[in-house]
Amino acid sequence: MSGPPKTPIFLERASYKQRRLTDAARLLPIMGAVLWAIPLLWGDDDGAGVSNAHALIYVFGVWVVLIGLSALIINRLQDDDTAAQSDSAD
Amino acid sequence: MVPFNVLIFAALSYVAILFSVAFLAERRAAAGHSDWLQSPLIYTLSLSIYCTAWTFYGAVGYAARSGLEFVTIYLGPTLVMVGWWWILRRLVRIGRSQRLTSIADLISSRFGKSTLLGVVVTVISVVAATPYIALQLQSVTLSFAVFAQSGAESWDRSDFNATAMWVAVGLAVFTILFGTRNLDVNERHHGIVMAIAVEAVVKLLALLAVGVFVVWGVAGGPAEMLNRIDNSDITLWDQDHGRWISLIFLSAAAFLCLPRMFQVLVVENADERHLRVASWAFPLYLFLMSLFVVPIAVVGLDLLPAGSNPDLFVLTVPLAQGQDGLAVLSFLGGFSSATSMVIVAAIALATMVSNHIVVPVWLNLQSNRQAMMSGDVRHVILLARRLSIAGVLALGFIYYRMSGGGTALAAIGLVSFTGTVQVLPALVGGIFWRGATRVGAACGLVTGLIIWTWTLFLPSFGAGAVISQSIMDFGPWGIEWLRPQALFGITGLDPLVHGILWSMLLNSGMLILGSLLSFPAPLERLQGAQFVNVFERSVAAPAWTRAAAAAEDLLVMSQRILGGREAQAIFEREAERQGLTGYLPETTPEFIERLERELAGSVGAATAHAMIGQLTGGSVVSVEDLIAVADEAAQILEYSNRLEAKSAEQERTARALRDANAKLTALSVQKDAFLSQISHELRTPMTSIRSFSEILRDGDMSAAEQGRYAGIIHDEAIRLTRLLDDLLDLSVLENGQVVLNEQTGDLSALLDRAIGAAGLHDSDLKIVRNRNEEAVMLSADLDRLVQVFINLISNARKYCDATAPELTIEVSRTPNDYYVDFVDNGSGIAPENEQLIFEKFSRVSDQSKAGGAGLGLAICREIMHRLGGDVDYVRRAKGAAFRVTLPKAKMGAVLAET
Amino acid sequence: MGKRVLLIEDEPNIIEAISFILSRDGWTVHTHEDGETAMDKIAKMPPDMIILDVMLPGRSGFDILRDLRNHTASKDIPVMMLTARGQEKDRELALRLGANHFMTKPFSNSDVRDHVRSLMEA
Repeated sequence: MSGPPKTPIFLERASYKQRRLTDAARLLPIMGAVLWAIPLLWGDDDGAGVSNAHALIYVFGVWVVLIGLSALIINRLQDDDTAAQSDSAD
Repeated sequence: MVPFNVLIFAALSYVAILFSVAFLAERRAAAGHSDWLQSPLIYTLSLSIYCTAWTFYGAVGYAARSGLEFVTIYLGPTLVMVGWWWILRRLVRIGRSQRLTSIADLISSRFGKSTLLGVVVTVISVVAATPYIALQLQSVTLSFAVFAQSGAESWDRSDFNATAMWVAVGLAVFTILFGTRNLDVNERHHGIVMAIAVEAVVKLLALLAVGVFVVWGVAGGPAEMLNRIDNSDITLWDQDHGRWISLIFLSAAAFLCLPRMFQVLVVENADERHLRVASWAFPLYLFLMSLFVVPIAVVGLDLLPAGSNPDLFVLTVPLAQGQDGLAVLSFLGGFSSATSMVIVAAIALATMVSNHIVVPVWLNLQSNRQAMMSGDVRHVILLARRLSIAGVLALGFIYYRMSGGGTALAAIGLVSFTGTVQVLPALVGGIFWRGATRVGAACGLVTGLIIWTWTLFLPSFGAGAVISQSIMDFGPWGIEWLRPQALFGITGLDPLVHGILWSMLLNSGMLILGSLLSFPAPLERLQGAQFVNVFERSVAAPAWTRAAAAAEDLLVMSQRILGGREAQAIFEREAERQGLTGYLPETTPEFIERLERELAGSVGAATAHAMIGQLTGGSVVSVEDLIAVADEAAQILEYSNRLEAKSAEQERTARALRDANAKLTALSVQKDAFLSQISHELRTPMTSIRSFSEILRDGDMSAAEQGRYAGIIHDEAIRLTRLLDDLLDLSVLENGQVVLNEQTGDLSALLDRAIGAAGLHDSDLKIVRNRNEEAVMLSADLDRLVQVFINLISNARKYCDATAPELTIEVSRTPNDYYVDFVDNGSGIAPENEQLIFEKFSRVSDQSKAGGAGLGLAICREIMHRLGGDVDYVRRAKGAAFRVTLPKAKMGAVLAET
Repeated sequence: MGKRVLLIEDEPNIIEAISFILSRDGWTVHTHEDGETAMDKIAKMPPDMIILDVMLPGRSGFDILRDLRNHTASKDIPVMMLTARGQEKDRELALRLGANHFMTKPFSNSDVRDHVRSLMEA
């Protein structure tokens, strides 16, 4: 295949980390969507539904986790140029 | 109790503060101190226009009615921001590289700079935004009413209308003042963005203050609060699964597609890195905005009398608790939410309307008229934007009046979102799928628009308002599967979910189908490649492959759009970049493309392209460009080919330079050799002359010696003269200054003359001729021809080394030429010297015998070339010979052969 | 009989002129016109001094000079070079190769006479 210039199979530790960080950045919204969809599975076995406080804390808790993880990833992720490279290399 | 006048005063003071903030920010930016204005913090805060008055006030009411569902409106944007890597990063890069002015510009530009698509997206956006603006007016008006009524004033309908109108007028003025100052959207609205950031802080603080008051002031702490929430009448989690997911999707999509969000996310983005900060900071903002919504709703329901409007709890709870200051702050928060949203929405919509509707129409009307003035387009655009802003607000106000300002309006927020979201398939398809075409996008958009209008927008006016109840129940003309809320016979879905589902499905379906079945135009494919591969190839293939437009015409046109000063600055910069003096650059394809981008920043891609197209003579995407975008491999291949070609070209240039250098060196060596030869040839006879003249001067010798030495001096002087004559002759011949003196004569007679002049009287050279062959009439400079013959004959006399020297002159003819061959019976010229003998100063044999400077044959060759013939040394069957070639055509020799 | 001067030169008129000048001054002048055979001539009849032209048929005067300086028998014979090209680099080359004097044509007769005298005395 005559594609973009071949990138080496094994990257240095630093760029390997960057790659995985971009993976994490990409997965984060999917994780958020899944976590926020989980309440849909909460059963009504006891007929009383889920307690208000429980639901509220869960939804807002997921939110805090997402914000925290996002800030963490971005803090570690290098600037766009290097990131863009690894973007196209996958 | 807050006196109503105090409230008015607070509102007006707040507006005055916003004015000064915006004004100072503009001043600062104009002075070049925009660093602080362009921080990630300001960018993040500017995104808060997503939180409108509808969410500021309405979220609490929403929570009171439907529990946690209100939060979906924030969860969608959170997911989009957290997932910035997927779409926003790409969108911002595209927006910056293509200098996009609006979401309509994005769609139009991506699909071949299509004017039609720009119009469609603009229409969708305006239709969808109008109810939303009405909603803002309603919120502000209601909040005023709350204070007025708490002051025991009773508001009737006209009070509401008047308030709404004044709010609309005030917003229009503010927006026009700060929103249409710059034409180039990419210059950004520093003032407005700054004002919005301030408003973002105000509304967040207001909501947090109310929340803190409710949790700690009323409920008595978080634990107490949670307890209260658990025991509240509200059921927080009782979700329709379809609605929960649909609404998260809807809000996420709307976040991307709302014109005002596109404005702050992409157009006003000053630095791509700001997005990285906003990706977690904005979700945090949303989190804080919704944190106290449920507590306020729960407390409001507990405290306030049954039947109170939960949409106004944010105001009424503090008021009921006697917290007037807090209530005013809360009022300002809601006011901020409404105004910031309306301002940005009006700017975004006005940009779209002016760029995609007004300007194309105006240019069309103008095309017949030739009178063009510097900046005239600019004036039209600015005027169009101002009128559009007023128009958008007027539409919102009219909608507010018509809808009656009731609860029907509140329900339309999500309906309006769904309309906006119809752009999503074209947007996502456009930036991720190169196969998406203009036809596909148009099909999808129109389909989506129709479905949305039918299933959500028209029914939102209430049953019987636009669509009669019977159509709702039984479908148009009794066709049941066309029922607005049960398309294709699928019943039992929530109407909103139903509308989202079908409009999105059919919209996307038509986009894909239309794209698969149609073939994109060249420009579409080019743009498609640029959008989809925005990260792979920052350097785009130029869309303008030839530059037929004159720089003057382009300048005139640019001045019409940008105004004289800016346009000239751009042209001068370019001229400087190209290394030219003066202000007009070369119209290279690269420059035209850059210029188009500049213009696109003002009038949108489609209009800029059309205007430049008029000057350069239509669409100029060539077959080569098509090949270039055919596929990725071809592109990269072509790129590397170009690199190779470039380096090959450099290699060629370098080689040419080396050759030239070698030639120059050789020439200089030749020149040195030539000068040293001339020096030698001149000095040798002069040496004899000088020496013998000194001997004669000194006297003291015999008369015989005296006579002999005088003879030597005489001979050498003649030799010197001959040499100088030859040199001059050669120089004249070589410089082409020779005047040819045409005569007609008989070859035989010419040879007679030559033999007579060759000085054979004291030589034993025998000449052999065949006079029959020589019967040829020639027309040429016969004196020169004789000179050549003399030279060849005397060469034979000098150099023929046979004991009985003999020179045979043979004349032969071919269809084209006469040959005169001079053959002597000597040993001839060694093969390795054959090429040398015609060179200047080449003397193969002993020079002392030559008596010449070795210029004779060089002169012969020059003469023959001037006469159109040649002289060579040829090896023939009958021995080697000097051959003089006389072309029949050149010599006019066909005259008569006797 | 005076000392022997060998003149290696191919222009007959110049040979005649130099021969005349030096004979009048008391030298015995031998002449040779060909570059290729010049060394043989020198070996056969070693002269007391040599006047050597640069541009000779067959072999350049510089080559002959180099040979002269490489042979023990001839390395001490004074050599005066003559040239009509008159380039500075020729003079340098001649002196580097061991010529005792270098003279450009055309020359004044007295110069030739004086320099031959001084070279012989040295």
